[in-house]
Amino acid sequence: MSVLLRHLESFGALLLAVIWISPLLFAFWAAFHATTDAVNFNLTAPWTLENFRTAWDGAPWLRYFLNTFMLVTVILIGQFIVTTLAGFAFAQVRFPGRDIVFILVLMQLFILPEVLIVENYVMVSRLGLFDTILGVGMPYMASAFGIFLMRQAFKGVPIELHEAARIEGCGWFGILWRVYVPLARPTYLAYALVSVSTHWNNFLWPLIVTNSPDTRPLTVGLSIFGAPENGVDISIISAATMMSVAPLLVAFLVFQRQFVQAFLRAGIK
Amino acid sequence: MAKHVNLERRRQAIYGWLLLSPAAVLLTTFAFYPSLATLWTSLFSRETRRRPSEFVGVENYSDLFADPTFWTVVQNNLIYAAATIPISMAIALAMALWANSKIPARGFVRTAYFTPTVLPMIAAANLWLFFYTPGLGVLDQIGSLFGLPSVNWLGQPETALWAVIIVTIWKEAGFFMIFYLAALQTIPEDLKEAADIEGASRWTYTRRIVLPLLMPTTLFILVNALINSVKLIDHLFILTKGGPNDASKLILYYIWEMAFAFFDAPQAAAMTILVLAVLGIVAGIKFTILDKRTHYQ
Repeated sequence: MSVLLRHLESFGALLLAVIWISPLLFAFWAAFHATTDAVNFNLTAPWTLENFRTAWDGAPWLRYFLNTFMLVTVILIGQFIVTTLAGFAFAQVRFPGRDIVFILVLMQLFILPEVLIVENYVMVSRLGLFDTILGVGMPYMASAFGIFLMRQAFKGVPIELHEAARIEGCGWFGILWRVYVPLARPTYLAYALVSVSTHWNNFLWPLIVTNSPDTRPLTVGLSIFGAPENGVDISIISAATMMSVAPLLVAFLVFQRQFVQAFLRAGIK
Repeated sequence: MAKHVNLERRRQAIYGWLLLSPAAVLLTTFAFYPSLATLWTSLFSRETRRRPSEFVGVENYSDLFADPTFWTVVQNNLIYAAATIPISMAIALAMALWANSKIPARGFVRTAYFTPTVLPMIAAANLWLFFYTPGLGVLDQIGSLFGLPSVNWLGQPETALWAVIIVTIWKEAGFFMIFYLAALQTIPEDLKEAADIEGASRWTYTRRIVLPLLMPTTLFILVNALINSVKLIDHLFILTKGGPNDASKLILYYIWEMAFAFFDAPQAAAMTILVLAVLGIVAGIKFTILDKRTHYQ
């Protein structure tokens, strides 16, 4: 009885896995086949790269890739600087008002940048950052989540190391840079993976703030390319979709363990 | 001596605020000030070429409440939340329990569950378009094998919202699984052994020991899922654009439409304030009740 149940469960787990992965597999398969073969599920049809060629010629993808790459880099650098300084202040410096400010920072976890699109759009335009990559990235740099993560990481650093560095004549900045930052390396890695995958995939805010192919990230480019009114057929859309998810997907499949660990570390602490 | 201590304390205060200043400036610019500005905007009338904007009090709110589309959108979002939250959490739990037990091809199973999480919502929507397209889509093809008629899943009011909900669940469940999986791995082995010695069945063990120990994780995921039910709307841009006839329109999409398609900033602001109020209540519950209750490790 229990053996049967176990087999049944294994079957269920596998079935769910197949269902879960099938949309991706279908699109992958369709991307390499002519549209007529793809929609007729002609499994013996020949493989072709024609869809990729058509899709690639249909939009400035290289530019989009570059924009997305620059966007996630700018955000990551900004986040590292801002959250390191703030996380250190919250973890190791005593100053009046610290706890109240920390609660204010935590509030930002709920004031989503996505919800404030209207006023943030006004703000970014006022700062002259409309249709710039910096304008897309800036609202995300002071991430409350990142500050919280860094604070936790820095709190775990033994005070003896801090004291020792101070006796050796290190100033505040030296202590932060030579003691805290190196010890928090796993947290930085985790945070970097979460941040890069979040912003590689972000859509609504970049849609609002970008207005030209020179700044538009992949997600926005993909949505314009695939819009039904452009009448692009399903195989070509699949090819374009595969192209734009490939870098992140390949990175995920190669560094799967680190990815999962990163999400865990980010979520649990 | 006292003077020295005082000086040190003052120095710490200056350092503290200096370190905090970049974050403080950015958070003020892009979170706190815009929240207040949104509240302010929501109290003024829309500026037109003939008439400058003037203070109208709560008129934008009463207009909103009189707008039937607003209520449709609220209702849609409630259905969206009520469906995506429990279903994706239940699937996530099942996935985690399976991915944590000894099953064949466990590596593949875990990867398959988690992969949708790393895709952009826009890409996910494109993949699902392939399933939903009437006549040519995968669902219709499967249906036709069983002699079922072609269904325009995205084009009819009865199914459009559900088609959107399914994509969200597909995207979310693997992400939530990760948190359950992590929590499962912290449950000590002795509990399982003790349960075995007592002769408890696997089901009893799961129900009486595992599920209670997962409670803090469940609440954590619940808060995330609640936030996501406001936030995850990107796929609407591809799949339905809120249609047909507003049947799949969600609040954040409506805010976007109001502000950037109809150029009615005050109405959008009023709606934003209502969303912020709801999120504020969620935050309040999280910080007061949940954080106190669930720390039993």
